[in-house]
Amino acid sequence: MIAFLLAQTIAITGGTVYPVSGPKIENATVLIRDGRIAAVGANVAVPAGATRIDAAGKWITPGLIDGAGQMGLREISAVQGTNESQLRGNEIAAAFNVLEGINPASILIPVNRIEGVTTTLAVPNGSLILGQAALIDLDGATIEAMRVKSPVAMVADLSEGSKDAGGGSRAGVAQRLRRAFDDALEYSRRGPSYQRAQNEALAASAADLQALLPVLRGQLPLIAIANRRSDIETALRIAREYKLRLILAGAAEAWMIPGQITAAGVPVLVEPLQNLPSYDALGIRYENAPLLAKGGVKLALMETTTENTRNLRQQAGNAVANGMTWDQALRAVTLTPAEIFGVADRYGSLEAGKVANVVVWSGDPFEFSTGVEHVYIRGREIPLRSRQTELLERYKTLPPKY
Amino acid sequence: MRHPSILLGLIVMVAVGCASAGAKPASSTTAPQSTATTPSTQDTTAGIGPQYVSTYQRHPNPPVLIRNATILTATGQEIQGGSILLRDGKIVAVGATVETPSDATVVDATGKWVTPGVIDTHSHLGVYAAPGTFAESDGNEATRPVTAEVWAEHSFWPQDPQIPLAIAGGVTTIQALPGSANLIGGRSAVLKLIPGRSVQEMKFPGAHYGLKMACGENPKRVYGQRGGPSTRMGNMAGYREAFIGAQSYRRRWDKWNKDHQGDPPDRNLRNETLAEVLRGNIYVQNHCYRADEMLQMLDLAREFGFKIRSFHHAVEAYKIADVLAREGVASSVWADWWGFKEEAMDGIYENAALLQQAGARAVIHSDDAGGIQRLNQEAAKAMYHGRRAGIPVTRDQALRWFTANPAWALGLDSIVGTLEPGKMADVVVWSADPLSVYAQAVQVYNDGWLVYDRTDPTHQPKTDFMLGHP
Repeated sequence: MIAFLLAQTIAITGGTVYPVSGPKIENATVLIRDGRIAAVGANVAVPAGATRIDAAGKWITPGLIDGAGQMGLREISAVQGTNESQLRGNEIAAAFNVLEGINPASILIPVNRIEGVTTTLAVPNGSLILGQAALIDLDGATIEAMRVKSPVAMVADLSEGSKDAGGGSRAGVAQRLRRAFDDALEYSRRGPSYQRAQNEALAASAADLQALLPVLRGQLPLIAIANRRSDIETALRIAREYKLRLILAGAAEAWMIPGQITAAGVPVLVEPLQNLPSYDALGIRYENAPLLAKGGVKLALMETTTENTRNLRQQAGNAVANGMTWDQALRAVTLTPAEIFGVADRYGSLEAGKVANVVVWSGDPFEFSTGVEHVYIRGREIPLRSRQTELLERYKTLPPKY
Repeated sequence: MRHPSILLGLIVMVAVGCASAGAKPASSTTAPQSTATTPSTQDTTAGIGPQYVSTYQRHPNPPVLIRNATILTATGQEIQGGSILLRDGKIVAVGATVETPSDATVVDATGKWVTPGVIDTHSHLGVYAAPGTFAESDGNEATRPVTAEVWAEHSFWPQDPQIPLAIAGGVTTIQALPGSANLIGGRSAVLKLIPGRSVQEMKFPGAHYGLKMACGENPKRVYGQRGGPSTRMGNMAGYREAFIGAQSYRRRWDKWNKDHQGDPPDRNLRNETLAEVLRGNIYVQNHCYRADEMLQMLDLAREFGFKIRSFHHAVEAYKIADVLAREGVASSVWADWWGFKEEAMDGIYENAALLQQAGARAVIHSDDAGGIQRLNQEAAKAMYHGRRAGIPVTRDQALRWFTANPAWALGLDSIVGTLEPGKMADVVVWSADPLSVYAQAVQVYNDGWLVYDRTDPTHQPKTDFMLGHP
């Protein structure tokens, strides 16, 4: 038994540790035991028999958390048969939780986790009310093994992409969303009459209305996709009216109104490398994330391209180049998303008791010159292999040996 | 172009991308073999004479001396604390010490880095312009599978608000291509990336037109339910039919050009372009993801006696890097795009590095209005992943992936792509090592004209479209 326990103990020693919850610690040890972080610090005793990883000269951070994408839900975007993220034909798909659509065997998972991303939000696609998002770790043979939290939030879209669902007008989008909320409340009050068909048809099915109730009771956050300033303000307005726990996503023009956003206590998910103007957001710019950070907005960074979730660190590096501080950027891909998704008691920093999602980098995690040396998810060392590394091995010398 | 991120409802234009590939033994540390490029090539069709002529004119500027910089010349040289002198649109001198002419504007670039201007072999700027509505969707003449008769320059919108963003990323030259819906999509436009009122003011004097061809899934998907092709064999038959038509057209015109007997043959725009390909005056730029399909296309090129200049989106080029090196075809690739469709599943980070190692010519291209703003970053990803896999790649070689090598793919390597005396003064001053994520273009000179200065709003071009917006 003792031998078994010791086999579960890993000591990463000698590196510079960025706990995120506190200042960096030089020449420190991260002790992992049974999937959890047992200790972090400069004076941590390494138990005899622990597996030692020499990390001298290395940087150690929490695993990165990407609050975006369809990891596990979408293998090849162009192949419909591999897509599980959208409930077609239902624009108020509140009861749709993506979790059971996740494929733990997706080849996208190894490709991305070996670049330092250990946890992602699996987000439904669609329009108006897209469904419920779930947070997963990028390791595990089963959905249950990957699951971190489900649901994390209800997802709604208030951007141009939802206009059809609103009859062609942004005002229609807001009104339809309100009607769904009102009817959910109505349903909660008069469920039996509804079942007996004694009141008029409601805005959605009973299951979808019921699924909105945790949102309306403030138990489940609402992630609202909105980019244009006026759409962001609509989301804030609706959140005030219904006392919702709002999370803004996309938020391309949020840099115009950081004061309103902080006053509302609303966190924001932003993709830093978005700057191409469209009619949904003519004011889109690289400085969005830096200006929000400067304005005190609670901010997490995203990479929304599922197969390249690994570029979250490039997103963060560019946010720094455009004015965020490095510390802000690291927090925005670790502890802040953990806080926003309600899992900061277990995720997002290197502290005793937290889940051992840990990455050992050869240097600054945001730099291209930096490689990933070790990845731990729930304390398990992840082999640095993927279908892509196997292709490399096969074709490294030509002709290949089939 | 790939499917953009969908999750957050950010409206991103979806275009159909393209690809080409190619390779040629690329010397790593010496100046590239220059390609004979005659300034008359681009505007002249054999027997027809100049048409749609470039009206490009160099913007007059005082001489500029950039000094105290780390200069990466893309010829194998890295000069610490070096200087570079630009005069009349040309690089006059590069070195550790360059004399300061009395009339020169002096730029102190202490702590900064200098490279050649960035060149993108694969852009849809101007033809798939922002804001990305149907009104700006001018990249695919998707009405029939062979449209060799269309020219990208006739779609190109110089007021595309994405253009200044690319300039701010250090880009000085692009090839604007038709999309990849079609087997043969039309002529490309090779452009100086500068503000202008017309595409002809931007058209690169002396550049070869490209012919956009596309393999694989896109033409199949677009035409499968519309009369075909619906298969890859249908794709091949479509190319062959088109070039068979062009062969006899070319014979008739070549004969008439020689003897001028009787009336000239009737003109046919489609065959006119394809005949120029057969004559070697127009370069084939071929969207092609899969290794086996690239080999098919090389067979096609052999059948009709033309060269493919570059494969584009060549995510599987590394599987045939030896062949591409031998054939002298360039490969325009991404650092890490993969997985968005089946023919893109085998993309690996080490593609460019493996091509380099095999002696093939690697190019990092964008196909994307976002990616074009950071081709330096994409090259950095490809270089460092290559190195970690044990493939030796120098910084100079990686720099060449987005400067000298694309210059070759466009037939411009005797004019741009390196920092050497006599070359066009397309120069970028970076805030740091351009292969760092933190580097930003500080100044961009195009033919000696300071088209972008990060610290000076009077040198930050804004398109008509963006006027009046926040």
